[in-house]
Amino acid sequence: MNKLPTIVAAIFFAFAGAAGAAGGPALRLEPAPINRLDAESLQRGARNYVNFCLGCHGLKYLRYERLTDLGLTEQQIQDNLIFGGQRISSPMTSAMSANDARNWLGAIPPDLSLQARIRGTDWLYNYFLSFYRDDTAPTGWNNLVFPKVAMPHVLAQLSGPNRLVTTSFDNHERAIAASIAIKGLTLLEPAAGGKWNLATVAANPDAPGTLSPVEYQKWVADLVNFLDYAAEPIKNKRISLGIMVLLYLGVLFTLVYLLKRSIWKKIH
Amino acid sequence: MDKILGWIDARFPLTQLWESQWGKYPAPKNFNFWYYFGSLNMLVLVMQIATGIFLTMNYKPDAKYAFDSVEYIMRDVEWGWLIRYMHSTGASAFFVVVYLHMFRGLMYGSYQKPRELIWIFGCLIYLVLMGEAFFGYLLPWGQMSYWGAQVIVNLFSTLPIIGEGLALWIRGDFTISDVTLNRFFAFHVIALPLVLLGLVAAHLMALHEVGSNNPDGVDVKHQPIDPKTGLPLDAIYSHPYYSIKDMVGVVFFLAIFSAVLFFVPEMGGYFLEANNFIPADPLKTPEHIAPVWYFTPYYAILRAVPSFFDTQVWGVLLMGAAVMIFFALPWLDRGKVRSIRYRGNLYKGWLAAFVISFIVLGYLGVVPVTIWGQFPQGWPLLGAADKATVIARVLTVVYFAFFLLMPWYTARDKTKPVPERTT
Repeated sequence: MNKLPTIVAAIFFAFAGAAGAAGGPALRLEPAPINRLDAESLQRGARNYVNFCLGCHGLKYLRYERLTDLGLTEQQIQDNLIFGGQRISSPMTSAMSANDARNWLGAIPPDLSLQARIRGTDWLYNYFLSFYRDDTAPTGWNNLVFPKVAMPHVLAQLSGPNRLVTTSFDNHERAIAASIAIKGLTLLEPAAGGKWNLATVAANPDAPGTLSPVEYQKWVADLVNFLDYAAEPIKNKRISLGIMVLLYLGVLFTLVYLLKRSIWKKIH
Repeated sequence: MDKILGWIDARFPLTQLWESQWGKYPAPKNFNFWYYFGSLNMLVLVMQIATGIFLTMNYKPDAKYAFDSVEYIMRDVEWGWLIRYMHSTGASAFFVVVYLHMFRGLMYGSYQKPRELIWIFGCLIYLVLMGEAFFGYLLPWGQMSYWGAQVIVNLFSTLPIIGEGLALWIRGDFTISDVTLNRFFAFHVIALPLVLLGLVAAHLMALHEVGSNNPDGVDVKHQPIDPKTGLPLDAIYSHPYYSIKDMVGVVFFLAIFSAVLFFVPEMGGYFLEANNFIPADPLKTPEHIAPVWYFTPYYAILRAVPSFFDTQVWGVLLMGAAVMIFFALPWLDRGKVRSIRYRGNLYKGWLAAFVISFIVLGYLGVVPVTIWGQFPQGWPLLGAADKATVIARVLTVVYFAFFLLMPWYTARDKTKPVPERTT
């Protein structure tokens, strides 16, 4: 029976190996550099959200008063994060009505309360970094992570109009090596004649944004950190409570096990 | 205290019940690791019912409010997130523990005479549990809830003649809708739990009537009585011995359970799927609809069967057969010994093959059929077929062969002599 795991593993890897070499497009996401315990980053993220996103995208499952989780006082929330006349106990909904949205944008921008749980934080981080100028798109913008996205690049004044840079490689190995060397978001696609195209998004030095590329990455990381918080405000409490619960169960296990041993002593 | 107990016993067989069902129940003394899962099932059942009661206090079975009410529980209800994660993690934990419990039965021949009814009650519990999980999964009213239910109910519509009407009757509507949500809620919180509790009682009463099997497959009940203890030679009282031993298992289980609940409640998308954080949208079909992990072996069997005569019903029938065939096990096994310790290589080999096929089918049920690519164009028979589909077909055959060939291989297996006493 001890061979069983080996056999299972052998079967799995035999086929998984074959699948790995398959030749479809491959998107490499850069891990989001976020820290759920960094209160300042979360506060900056909340500010970024309120300034740039809340106009269209609501967070209907998050109440303003909940933001005290981020180390803010109710007064600070009232003064800095609430622009309309909402009460502090109201949810962070967008001021734009569904009708206006349909008229102005053609679609209702989705509520983002749970977006980090749907897409994942890495996806979100790369999404915000991968807008590029595309004159063929209706909004003038396209996105490497979300091709033909309907949303325009509302953060363009911060990032500047980035460009899509595509490099062609003779074979798959070279393209993969280059993709690893870039240490960032890349899209690898097969091209005609057995060649491979490696696409990435780069800043346009002729038209810089108000933030440098590094500052913009930090700005986006803060925003994604906040979205991750918004998707599950209880996360930090959950994890810290979990550590206590496991410590308690560890102690309990020792006691119960010793008790079991002493009761079973008589049984041979 | 004795006075109160005496007063009750004169009016209700409390002491007798306790002693026959647990306190003075003679259990074999050689239970090993695999015998923890019965009591763990009980624990998870109680936990699901207890957390379920609190969830119903804030959940709204209404297509308009269901999704919101779950987020309300997660965010605004005091400790609601903990209750909800306990319930969602508990659902998966239930199946983990049930599958291990069933595997124990296969290993030690616990279904053999005279325990056929215990096994049948167990199979019924498994069946009801699958229904319970299916109905419950619709309640959060996310995209996966909605489309998963849509796919499963549509399976019934492939049945000839009655199919369409049956699917309509289950849904109460032409698509999954508010009506469906309401009735699934009723099934999930009252109908099936009631049946489940009754079956669990029957399962346990039958067990305590017949006596427990053990890793040696020795009939402890028929051993001579030890004059010192008044019990069969290899038996001990369940209380305190298995009370405390099961407690060790419970605490160990709770540690693993808590690690998942507090650190990875989504379990990488296997316990809570990312798509289920999107509210149900009848107009938008998700690209990839897969059932929750505990149904995936059957889903893989369903997908593996090609359509003949313009109907997909064969896959549905085979999937149903894959679950129902467990009931026949006591009559398929013609082995002279119970435990795998004294079985020959034939049974061991077939059991290993069955476990592998169950696990790999489970994996294949989660992933798209293109996962392993295709066989090369020119190959005879297999040319250009999806590798995963072909493998799933082979494993489906292995799955059924384990059961259908059992009368043959168990009868001719070279068994070892079973000892008189437990080892």
